Amino acid sequence: MTQRIKFYQTGTLTVGNRLLDEDNRTVQGTVDRSNSLTSGHRACQGCGEALGARYVVDAAMRAAGDRLFAVNATGCLEVFSTPYPESSWQVPWLHSLFGNAPAVATGVRAALRAKGRTDIKVLAQGGDGGTADIGFGCLSGMFERNDDVLYVCYDNEAYMNTGVQRSGSTPPAARTSTTPAAGAAPGNVFGQGKNVPRIAMAHGIPYVATASVADLQDLEAKVTKAMNIDGARYIHVHVPCPLGWGSAPCDTIKLARLAIETGLFPLYEAEYGDVTDVTPIRRRMPVEDYLRPQKRFAHLFRPDLDAEVLAQIQKIADDNIEKLKLLD
Amino acid sequence: MLKQIEGSHAIAETIALCRPEVICAYPITPQTHIVERLSELTRTGDIGNCQYINVESEFAALSVAIGASAAGARAYTATSSQGLLFMTEAVYNAAGLGLPIVMTIGNRAIGAPINIWNDHSDSMALRDAGWIQFYAETNQEAVDLHIQAFRLAERLSVPVMVCVDGFILTHAYERIEVPEPEPVDAYLPAFEPVQVLDPDDPVTIGAMVGPEAFTEVRYLAHHKHLQAIDVIPELSTEFADVFGRQAGGLIRPYRTEDAETVVIGLGSVMGTIKETVDEMRDDGVSIGAVTIVSFRPFPMLALRVALENAKRVIVVEKCFADGLGGIVVGSVRMALRGFSTPIYTVIAGLGGRPITQASLRQTFGDAVADKINDPHFLDLDWAVIDRELARGQDKRRSGPIAENILREMGLVGGKPV
Amino acid sequence: MVSAAEMLSITAFLEGAHAQAFPSFGSERMGAPVVAFCRIDDKEIRLREPVMTPDVLIVQDPTLLHQVDLFNGLDTRGYLLINTSKSYLDLGLGDYVDRFPPHHICTVAATKWAMEYVGRPLPNAALLGAFAGLTYRVKLESVQTAIRQKFPGKLGDDNAKAAARAYDSIRTN
Repeated sequence: MTQRIKFYQTGTLTVGNRLLDEDNRTVQGTVDRSNSLTSGHRACQGCGEALGARYVVDAAMRAAGDRLFAVNATGCLEVFSTPYPESSWQVPWLHSLFGNAPAVATGVRAALRAKGRTDIKVLAQGGDGGTADIGFGCLSGMFERNDDVLYVCYDNEAYMNTGVQRSGSTPPAARTSTTPAAGAAPGNVFGQGKNVPRIAMAHGIPYVATASVADLQDLEAKVTKAMNIDGARYIHVHVPCPLGWGSAPCDTIKLARLAIETGLFPLYEAEYGDVTDVTPIRRRMPVEDYLRPQKRFAHLFRPDLDAEVLAQIQKIADDNIEKLKLLD
Repeated sequence: MLKQIEGSHAIAETIALCRPEVICAYPITPQTHIVERLSELTRTGDIGNCQYINVESEFAALSVAIGASAAGARAYTATSSQGLLFMTEAVYNAAGLGLPIVMTIGNRAIGAPINIWNDHSDSMALRDAGWIQFYAETNQEAVDLHIQAFRLAERLSVPVMVCVDGFILTHAYERIEVPEPEPVDAYLPAFEPVQVLDPDDPVTIGAMVGPEAFTEVRYLAHHKHLQAIDVIPELSTEFADVFGRQAGGLIRPYRTEDAETVVIGLGSVMGTIKETVDEMRDDGVSIGAVTIVSFRPFPMLALRVALENAKRVIVVEKCFADGLGGIVVGSVRMALRGFSTPIYTVIAGLGGRPITQASLRQTFGDAVADKINDPHFLDLDWAVIDRELARGQDKRRSGPIAENILREMGLVGGKPV
Repeated sequence: MVSAAEMLSITAFLEGAHAQAFPSFGSERMGAPVVAFCRIDDKEIRLREPVMTPDVLIVQDPTLLHQVDLFNGLDTRGYLLINTSKSYLDLGLGDYVDRFPPHHICTVAATKWAMEYVGRPLPNAALLGAFAGLTYRVKLESVQTAIRQKFPGKLGDDNAKAAARAYDSIRTN
């Protein structure tokens, strides 16, 4: 099946858009990008995390003047980028464990400080499991100490590396291998889960942002901004996972955009605990449009439409829109 | 400088002389005094530009050390007991990555029942995590072993634990020669990593390794330990040349020449054992002792040579494996394979129970007469055991054992009732 | 109590002896009964067992007399020093101490001297002064040096005075 190219998906925010002034073009749109996560890795087709990481690390490299160390939690990103005996990383890169990336990054930062190498910046990255769940203690510690690290979470809303199990970031009603579409309330439970960006904000750290692979220009801008701030910084990037979500690889950007436009994944920035900026929704969409193309929500539509659950999810989106004034 | 000083503080002052660049700290009794003193020394600028990081758990403490070491810094932390277990995953990881971190273990029992006192259950649980393990007999040796530990760790790119008996050594005020900076500087050169994060030469550290090469990577870690068997005595000799006193090495025999009975042990209990040996020698008993300083790598050959003429061997250990018996004794048996020497295990000092000279004397005497069970639990109160076993037989819901025992002893909450 | 044992070990160290001080270990809580030990010898001390048969027993808190068996292990050739303003007779220990040589037992109002000279109820320094006066094992001057090492400045000087006062109270007894 050939896909019809839809230009509206990118529009004027196209990465590397040739219509933009050179200064406003993205890092990824330039030929001298660092290709820190270079081609040949083993990510799935349409992997949101691979796309997000590529933009994040290259933007961070640009901002750091190519003096960047990356620390990685165990997870898809780590596994698909370093299949023995190869590595996709063209940046000094360190992987220790699943739950300790923030602490390892703190150690790297401390070593650089001890050696007076303040010219080198430190980036830590992990998935939602490594961030919201198993690495949460270390993350909170890193925030609380305001260690000079940019931590980026690539949130694909479940443990994809181990076969799509529920994480603290899995949305309500989503089917995973540990929240199967079985029983009276199929899928993940309502009223659970963590909002890590909000928790990060509660630490009062200098910078917190949410971002999405649907808006790569915005993602790069946020990484660049974060890289120019000292102290603990956190960016939470929404990255669809075709394997785990049961979506078409070609729909990764579309789904990420629908998550924004429904209000389910609001884009905002916060400094020292307060929201400073939100990205308004340009064209509000019903959550059904976002949920329907994903097999993890199939039980909401077959055999019958589960209007009650859809209404509950719509309410989550509406609350986000209201709270963050996403339509103003 | 010769000082009357708490063991923990002497260790901390020595660590400072070793010029660490990153120290990670999390409190746990009984190692806490070490990191407390180091925080002071860092604040006062006594350790140059050293970064002192207060972390949120032991898991984070060692993880910070891992990051620091991979970035080329000399990294140090200390822990005990539950803390060591809590960081277990990172303990293996540091060794697997080949990062030369030095960590002090203030040895303490593992719960439940929760117990803050000394035994070797903690470090012995992690004996096969890929770290070199030294056990200090005295506070002087604890001080000296730390200097050698950094040298050894960095020479072979392997992490080293220095195990120091909690309270018995860490909290003891003793006469200790705390080294001057000059000999430490002479003995311990700057850290030159074999692998390091470097913007000008980007490497991937911690890549996934599949079945194609995992065995080879693991063998090379083993090879480092085999090298350490040769390097440890070298470093000990060189230490004696520079500092003018003996410390470290693989094993340390005491009055073993012609000894029919040889007692083996690790750590501070060797002091009491040597007193007992002297006492028994005075009474004409042919007995000696061997201190195991390096438990990992295990000094297989050195021990075999030291024990080859012994008629019997007694292993005193502050740890044991349920359903098996001693832990140290297993390695000792390997060293003596092919010999028919009887080997007795004495489990002693669990959860801080004092190991007295009188009890050792009695037990060694029984062993010399070959009238001892293997394993033998020193000063085990059989009345308590029998009472609890009977209670368990009496009714199904016999209750929590620890509380039952304390109540029977008239001790609830540590107070007589 | 722990720091008294530590200071005693420093005192002995200052006089060239080997000394080993250690607590009977417990969690860090104020007010809990604590035992601390000190061994003094002319050669290296290798023994690591707790002191079970002390030559000298110092009781810092006389309210423990009726709660814990304090005297178990104390040989009648030993020394006994109790921090109290009362006499052994008043404490109900008259019969017990009759077994000791008279110059081996004494009470000292260490808390009182501490309040007088330091302004706080911390009797360690005074007890160590009394220890020197009772046993002759260490000199008062060494006790005072050890105290000043542990507490620099005025606090050390005041404690040293309390030690001297306690020492004198024993010697003039």
